[in-house]
Parts: sequence; structure tokens; C-alpha cells
Amino acid sequence: MKPLATYYQRSRDRHPPSLTPNYKTSVARSPRLARISLDQSTGEITGPTFGHNDLGALDNDLIRNYAEAGDPIGERIIVHGRVLDENARPVPNTLVEIWQANAGGRYRHKKDTYLAPIDPNFGGCGRTLTDDEGYYSFRTIKPGAYPWRNMVNDWRPAHIHVSVFGSSFSQRLITQLYFEGDPLIARCPIVNTIPDPDAVEALIAKLDLNATIPLDTIAYRFDIVLRGRRSTMFENRREGN
Amino acid sequence: MQKLDYLQETPSQTAGPYVHIGLAPGAAGFDIYEHELGWDIAGPNAGGERIRVEGLVTDGTGSPIKDVMLEAWQANADGHYAHPEGGGPVEEGFRGWGRVITDFASGEWGFDTIKPGAVTDAQGKRHAPHINLWIVARGINLGLNTRLYFDDEAEANAADPVLNMIEWENRRATLIAKRDNRDGQVVYRFDIHIQGEGETVFFDI
Repeated sequence: MKPLATYYQRSRDRHPPSLTPNYKTSVARSPRLARISLDQSTGEITGPTFGHNDLGALDNDLIRNYAEAGDPIGERIIVHGRVLDENARPVPNTLVEIWQANAGGRYRHKKDTYLAPIDPNFGGCGRTLTDDEGYYSFRTIKPGAYPWRNMVNDWRPAHIHVSVFGSSFSQRLITQLYFEGDPLIARCPIVNTIPDPDAVEALIAKLDLNATIPLDTIAYRFDIVLRGRRSTMFENRREGN
Repeated sequence: MQKLDYLQETPSQTAGPYVHIGLAPGAAGFDIYEHELGWDIAGPNAGGERIRVEGLVTDGTGSPIKDVMLEAWQANADGHYAHPEGGGPVEEGFRGWGRVITDFASGEWGFDTIKPGAVTDAQGKRHAPHINLWIVARGINLGLNTRLYFDDEAEANAADPVLNMIEWENRRATLIAKRDNRDGQVVYRFDIHIQGEGETVFFDI
């Protein structure tokens, strides 16, 4: 029986704390008691696996996957990058899911009543599996900023929500991707839940001219890092290992 | 000074109010994917007892949170996870993972699955039957991990290494779902209190 290789402890000062009062919804939705740290066991070092038969052919192409009568309106972009772990190893065959507003900042959701119109040819969600090198890519429309009821004049920067599974339930992560140079980033109460400016930088996708398709689609690069895993060379050695 | 060449984990952000668009678009009001993921946890061939799990997630005011998404990760009835390191084989079609959203009007959530078996890990530690849960929503900056145990597994629960690690014995009860029978179906009730009185135990996993 192999010893259990656990994942590195999550660096909690890199993540937002639960209670971040300038993001008002967090006040009533944050635990008051400390989280209890678990020694990882099978349930924490394993996680769901997905295969290509779970996905459809256009699932990573948001320009086409809801186009009913033509392409959606907006800035055509490629969002691509790698999913790596903290040891800088690629995370292959892992599910990456994204969702976003349209070019005007309107979400296709029953509950979004912002006055910018729905785009009849844009759904706003996509998903893909990373390849053997941990590489993923999406084609989409650059989302617009939109107002939200936090302070009365708060605007979210343009962003894409990103969900990643990794290889274990302890790597499960949801985050948001922002775009290089957006002046709303520094003013956003949700961005500013992250205490460390270097950590914020990790959420800003970089303009990647080398990956653009000339005269067609501009590109942004966004690498995602998931928790790394220990090797078990010297721990919990059993006879015969 | 020497430099270690590790990378650092990407920081978390809230899933926000429209998580359904990406992860359960049917509920957001539109059809886009041929297969939405996470609706069928156990598949048709799983052995063990078919159960339903339901509950509410409440905030610090005691109100239900109506825009929450939960993910479940569980072993099959033999205590094996559907993963190369999951401890053993699982039935064809058993994924062990589910994705659940609340009813927008009431905040009630529920899913159908099979009751997991006890899990013996690589160190020989035996964990009482449980379902791992992960909770994200608007206002939650980093997903909350918890575990659901079963009230009819009192003996296994009493010996469970995780429950026993919680030094406040009165808090252990927040992780125990209550069994009931409704029209011949086994239903476990599991309410999650994010904050305040009876606050559910959350884990750093």
C-alpha cells in the first residue's frame, strides 16, 4: 500500500478571508468560527474525473455555442493558458469551466435585470478539458463592466468567472479573471477582498499578441495554479515500500 | 538567499450571483449543453441504499441563501471513490460527484444518490460513511468545505477520526444529517448554518 501523498497546505493569506466588510454580502455569509484543519485522507486527495464524452464539440467556443442567427456582438478574444500545480507541473485532463456577461455587461440569467440588452447570439458559458500539457483555450467575446448593488456606484471590472477541478477535491477552485489595464480592477471591492497585491496580479490576464489571430481575434493569456502535492519519499514508510 | 522555485496557488474569488449560468445553465433559464454535469451522482448500476439528501443553507440572519451552489463528493457503498487513488473499483457509471443548486424561491436544495460506505484510507484509518460537500455563493470568498454524516451510523460516527478531532463536542452534531422516511423514500435532512447559532463546522482540507 502506498503512503498517502497529501497536498500542500493552502496559503490562507493569499486567498481572501471570509469576512470582507466592503464586499457587503460577505458580512452575513462568512463563518464566525475558525475552519478546522483536516489531515487529508482519501476523500480529500481524490476528486471527480471527466472525459471528452462529457463535452460537446463547441463547448469551448462561446462565439459559436449559442449563435442562433449569426455571431454575437463584441470584441472577439481568445483566452488561453495552462493549469499548473505549485510544483510547476501541468495538470492534464482537468475540467475548466467559465461563465461571463456579454459585451454590454449583461448576464443571460433570470435574475439579472441590468438595462443593457441580452445578446440573442451569446449564452456566456463554456467548458473544456486541459490537454496532456495542462493547456486550455476558449474563444469568446470580451465581457463588459457592469454595475452591482454594493455601494450605490460600484462597478465590476470586466471579468470571466473560472472554475477548475484539478486532480483532487482539495484543489477545487473558483476564481475570476480580469483584463490587463482595466482601471476598475483597483476600485473593485471583490478584487480588494484579496489582501496581497501580488495575489491580485495573478488574476489579471495579460494581452498576448503572439497568440492572436491577425485580422480576426485578439488573445489574453491566463495561467492557473492549483495546490501542489507532496512526494512521500520519507514519510509514513511501510515495510516493503 | 536561495530561491525556491515553487509557484503560488491562484487566489479564490466569489462565484457571484450568476454561478448557475456557467455551472447549471438550465436553471439560469437557457439550454446550451447537451449534458449538464453533476445531475447523476451514482449512476444506474451503483449498489447500496438509494437515498435523498436535502436541506437549506442559512446566513447569519437565519435567512435561507437562495443562490448557493453545492458540490458533493462521495464514495460508493464499498467505500471506494471513482478515482485512480480511490481505494478500489466502482460500478460503471458511478462518478460520485454531484452539483446541486437551490430552488430560487425557497432556497431548498436536494439530490438523489446512494448512501456511501465507510472509507478506509491508505493509513488504515476508518472514516464513518460521509459525503464531502463544497459550498460556493455570492458573498462567499473561498468555497466552504464540510462533511455530512448520517445519524443512523452512531457507532461509526463515534469512532470517526474527523468528528473526534472537533474538540467542541457540541459542534459535532452540526455535521450529522437526520434520517426520515417519506412515501417509502429514505430522506436525510442536512441544514447548513453559515454563521451564528449552530454554525456548521467548516474545514480547511
